Amino acid sequence: MRNVFLFIRRHFNFLFFLVLQIIALSFLFRFNKFHQAAFLNVSTEITGRINERYNNIEYYFQLKKTNESLVQENARLRQQLKENYEAPDSLTRLIHDTIRVDSTSIIKYKIMEAKVVGNTTSLQDNYLTIHRGFDQGVRPNMGVTGPQGIVGSVVNVSKNFATVQSMLHYQFKYVAKLKHSNETGTIGWDGLSPLYVIMKGIPKSAKVEKGDTVLTTQLTSTFPANLMIGTVAEIVPDNSSSFYTLKVRAATNFGNIEYVYVIDNLQYEEQKMLEDSTRKKIQ
Amino acid sequence: MSELLKNTIRFILFILVQVFILFKMPPLHRFVTPYLYYLYILWLPFSLSRMSLTFVGFFFGLCLDYFTKTPGLHAAACTLIAYVRPFVISVLISQEGADKNYISPSIVSMGWAPYATYVIVLTLLHHTYLVLLEWLNFGSVMYFIGKVFASTAVSLLLVLLTEMLFFRKQKFRTNTI
Repeated sequence: MRNVFLFIRRHFNFLFFLVLQIIALSFLFRFNKFHQAAFLNVSTEITGRINERYNNIEYYFQLKKTNESLVQENARLRQQLKENYEAPDSLTRLIHDTIRVDSTSIIKYKIMEAKVVGNTTSLQDNYLTIHRGFDQGVRPNMGVTGPQGIVGSVVNVSKNFATVQSMLHYQFKYVAKLKHSNETGTIGWDGLSPLYVIMKGIPKSAKVEKGDTVLTTQLTSTFPANLMIGTVAEIVPDNSSSFYTLKVRAATNFGNIEYVYVIDNLQYEEQKMLEDSTRKKIQ
Repeated sequence: MSELLKNTIRFILFILVQVFILFKMPPLHRFVTPYLYYLYILWLPFSLSRMSLTFVGFFFGLCLDYFTKTPGLHAAACTLIAYVRPFVISVLISQEGADKNYISPSIVSMGWAPYATYVIVLTLLHHTYLVLLEWLNFGSVMYFIGKVFASTAVSLLLVLLTEMLFFRKQKFRTNTI
């Protein structure tokens, strides 16, 4: 027993170092797996406040670009107004009412705006901090989209802030489809450039061309269908595989993003419960 | 200004510079992530005991980690260099007794060549461990080697600039032993 104490006293520094290493590594691996870590809620709140201070200054330098992207988005939305379309001649043909929101349908997605206060693009695992948290209705796993295209999904929420796993993160995986052929594949990031993401899993039997639009699908519950992700910039030649590897130019410019929309799927719980119970039934 | 106050201000400044300037820079290349924050650990006083040095390293890294949302990554690397630092110093200046006559490691207290060796060794160690942890769930061997050396080169350049811009004058304390 005495020897044990002597050993501890003699190598105390090394043991202390080992303990700290183990703490650090357990934080890291637990966070990589479940996006949970000790003191994360408190620290998100504090770093969020500091980020907000910085953003108040930085925001002025981005005003012009932010304004431009918002105006473009407004123009796109105005384009979709009912008044822009000539009503079909309903005297000669039977027409179905195709307006999506009416008294009989149920709203599925709720959209909340949020200001981006923290953002990185130069690391291998990039997160955004947004100024809207648990008290304002943000929950983990909600989708986040920008004025031009999708941005990522919420991984962590504190009282007034939330962290968003950006599309530029090595763990980001999302199902997407090509607008032209409706083929679905997965979107991920290879860590090379913040301008491009990689799409995999499109069979070579499908026709793909440069400039094809990549959209979200209704297959996952995070985003509504047909939101912009990007456009195909390059078809990477790979003869060994029967699937395409596509380099997709992201629609979102992650460098100067200032406002995002958090998408709340109101039927998420119901869908997830059903899927989980099905899985249990099979086992 | 007392050493404690000076180091506390440095602590905050290094983290803010790393988070709001170096991480905000548009990425030059995927191999290059400019790191400067760990210089704080290299600048800590000689008189700090090994245990508190290791702990300061851990805490400093963790603070940065909560900004980048990678809890534990920088903390692990900082703990390692803070633990190894006394060994490197004792090898490099064992004969001169500079660690008693000066407050903290610098060009003045250690001399050009030993100080450069000290910085290079710890930078390389820090980057290797950091990229290794990143590499475990991401990337290839080429990525690992390329990133370690490219980031080390950029970091050394930044350290050199910082040493030139903020030259630390150090008094020779004769009657302290």
